[in-house]
Amino acid sequence: MSHITLQSITKRFGAVTALNGVSFDVQDAELFVLLGPTGAGKTTTLRAIAGLTKPDAGSVLFDDESVDAFSPADRDVAFVFQQYSLYPTMSVYDNLAFPLRSPMRRLPEAEIKKRVTDTAETLRIAHLLQRKTAKLSGGEMQRVSIGRAIVRRPRAYLMDEPLSNLDAKLREALRVELAHLQRSQGSTTLFVTHDQIEALTMADRIGVLNHGQIVQIGTPEDIYDRPATTFVAQLVGSPKINLLDARCDGDTLCLTGSDLRLHRSTVSGNGENLPEQFILGVRPEDVWPHPEGIFAGDVVLTEPLGVESLVHIQVGEQTIVSTMPGISDLKRGEQTRFNIVRERLHFFGAVSGERFQA
Amino acid sequence: MAEIQLKQVAKRFGEAWAVKPMDLTIHHGEFVALLGPSGCGKTTTLRMISGLEAVTGGRIYIDGKDVTWLSASQRDIAFVFQFFALYPQMTVRQNIVFPLESQGMKRAEIKRRLAEVVKMLRIEHLLGRRPGALSGGDKQRVALARSLVRRPACFLMDEPLGALDAEFREAMRAEIKRLHLAQNATTVYVTHDQVEAMAMGDRIVVMSAAVVQQVGTPAQVYHNPANLFVANFIGSPGMNLVPGKYADGVVHLHGGSTYSVPETWKPTLATTLHGDDVIVGFRPEAARVSNQGAVRATLYGADLHGSYTMLHVNLNGELRGLGAVSSEAGEDEIVHLRARREVVHTMGAQIQFDLAPELVRFFDPTTEAALVREVRA
Repeated sequence: MSHITLQSITKRFGAVTALNGVSFDVQDAELFVLLGPTGAGKTTTLRAIAGLTKPDAGSVLFDDESVDAFSPADRDVAFVFQQYSLYPTMSVYDNLAFPLRSPMRRLPEAEIKKRVTDTAETLRIAHLLQRKTAKLSGGEMQRVSIGRAIVRRPRAYLMDEPLSNLDAKLREALRVELAHLQRSQGSTTLFVTHDQIEALTMADRIGVLNHGQIVQIGTPEDIYDRPATTFVAQLVGSPKINLLDARCDGDTLCLTGSDLRLHRSTVSGNGENLPEQFILGVRPEDVWPHPEGIFAGDVVLTEPLGVESLVHIQVGEQTIVSTMPGISDLKRGEQTRFNIVRERLHFFGAVSGERFQA
Repeated sequence: MAEIQLKQVAKRFGEAWAVKPMDLTIHHGEFVALLGPSGCGKTTTLRMISGLEAVTGGRIYIDGKDVTWLSASQRDIAFVFQFFALYPQMTVRQNIVFPLESQGMKRAEIKRRLAEVVKMLRIEHLLGRRPGALSGGDKQRVALARSLVRRPACFLMDEPLGALDAEFREAMRAEIKRLHLAQNATTVYVTHDQVEAMAMGDRIVVMSAAVVQQVGTPAQVYHNPANLFVANFIGSPGMNLVPGKYADGVVHLHGGSTYSVPETWKPTLATTLHGDDVIVGFRPEAARVSNQGAVRATLYGADLHGSYTMLHVNLNGELRGLGAVSSEAGEDEIVHLRARREVVHTMGAQIQFDLAPELVRFFDPTTEAALVREVRA
C-alpha cells in the first residue's frame, strides 16, 4: 500500500485555526493513531488527506508524490466512519459489492464475487451475506462497513472513531480484531480516536493532537513512558498519572504541602536541570504500598476494580493514587506506607508543562 | 440514613417484564450499584424505589415503613440524573438553594448549608455563574450540590456520570464516593459501566433481562461470579470462558489442550455436572505464561495497556461460540492473558500457559451457573 506524508497542513475556518502546521507521516503498512480530545482537529486532518477539505497551506503526499490537485476519488483512500452508513434495504453482499460496481470501477461480477467472499471470510461475516443490513447488530454492521472499505483494496484506510458507537465489550473485541486484521494485511491505516486505550493498544505509532497542533509522535511505549507534556501524560493511562506540585530545596525534592521528600541523587535521569518549582509525575502503578515503605499517608478512598484496586492516599495537601494488585482491604482513615519507583518519575515545567529531558 | 427493602418488587409493561419479582435489602449508609446492560431493568428498579414508577407487584419499605403507594415527594429521597436538570436562567447559588427555599427553610440555615456543600464540592467560585457557562463536570457538581443540600435520607443516582467525558468521569467517580463516605447517606446508583460499579459499590446488584443475576461485594462478583453472564460482564475484558469435556480429573479443552483440574475441584465436577460438558473460567491475570505451560495457544495479537501487556490468543483455532454468552459472532473465541510488559510476542507465536489453581472457576453449560465447591468442615 501507500505511505502518506503531511507537510505543514494548516486549515482555518473563519477566525478559528483548526489545524496549525500539522506534519507527520504514515508509513507503508503502518497503523498510525491520531489521538486527541474533541475539537483537536482529528477529523479535519482525515478530511484533508481524503481531499474532502482543502487546506489553506501545506501539502499531502502519497508515496512522495503530491496529491493536492487530486479529487477525493482519484486519491483512492477508503473511509470508515463512526456511523455505519450502510444501505439498509440491500443485503450485506450488495453493500459489500456496491463500491466495486461503481462506474469508476465496474469490475466483472465474477471478480466482485471473489472479493466479496474473501472479505466476508476475513471479517467473519460470511454467514450474513444474504441478510439485509437493517437486521444486523451494531458489531455486525461495523464489520460490514469495514468490509466495504477493504473490498476496494484502496491505497490507504482512514478510520474516524469506528468503534465509538459500540458497547464496551464489543469495542474491546473489535479493537483486537481490527489490529489483527491490519497487521495480517499490512494495510496503511490512519485511525482517529479520542480513546487513549484504543491508541495504546492498536497503534504502531501515535500522534497526539491538541488545538490543531501535533504535541508528540512516538510508539505507544514512548508516549506512555516519556510523555512530552503534562497534557500527553494525563491523556494516556487509566488511572491517570499523578501530577504533583513540587519544588527543589537544595538537593532535596519536596512535594508541596507535605512531608514527602526525595534526595536529588536518588531519582532517575538527573534532577540537575530542575528549576525551583516543577511538576512531579508519578504513574499510579509506580506507587507501591509496602508495610516498610519510606513514605506514609492516610487512605482517603479505595476503589476495587477487580484485577487491581486504586488507593487514594492523602499526603499533606496532595492526594496520590496508587494501583495495588487484587481487591484491597485498606479502609478509609487507615495509615499506609508506600514506596515510589524512582526510575520512572516524570518532571515537567510548572508553567510550560513541558518535560525535562534526562 | 435509611434502610430500603424490596420484597418481591416487580414491573410489567403489558406482557413484557421490565423487572421480575426481586428481593433486596439496602442497609443504612450502604452504597449499592445496580449494574447491567441497557434494558436490563436497573433504571425501572430505581424509579420504583423513588416513586416515579408504580410497582406491578411487591412492596417497598423505607426504614420499615411501607412506602409502596406513597408519592415521590413523600419518600425523603433525592434523585440525581445523567442530565443535569439545572435551571438555566438561575445562578449556581439560586439553583442550589432553590429546594430549601421552596421548603420554607430559615435563611440562616440555608446560608449555613450552602456554605458547607459548596466547600465540599469545591464550587465556591462558581456561585454567581449561570449553568450555561459551566463545564460538564461543574454542572454535575452543581446538580449534586442541589441534592446534597437537602440532606435526604437516601440518594438515587441514575448514571450521573454518563454524560461526562472520560477524563472527568474518573475524577467525579472518586468525588462522589468520597462524598458518600463523608455523609454516609444510603445510596442506590444505576450504571451500565462495570468499572464504576466495582469502584463505588459496597455491593453490586447485577441485572440482565429483568432478572437479578447476583448480589455481592465487588470481590464476590469478580472472583465468584454466579453464572456465565456475570463472569463475562464483570471485568475488562470479562472472564475467559473456555468450553471443554470433563473426564477423570481432566478437561479436554476445545482446541486440543488438556487441563488438569485442581484436586480441590475434582469431587465437585464429578458430582454436580449435568453431563461431561463444562466451561473453564479464568481471568486474564490467572494465566501464567511459561514454556512448560499445559495449555497451548497461538498468539492472535498483543497490546500495551500502559503498565502491562495483554496477549490475545487462540486455543489452536478451534475455539468457537459459547452460545448464550456470545451475543456477537466470534467475540468469545479469543482468550486474553495478562502478561508482563517486558516480554515481546509476535503474531502467530506459540504460547503456553498454566492457570493459578485458586483462580480457576467452572460453569455448567446447560444451566450456565457456576459450580459451587462444597466446603468440608
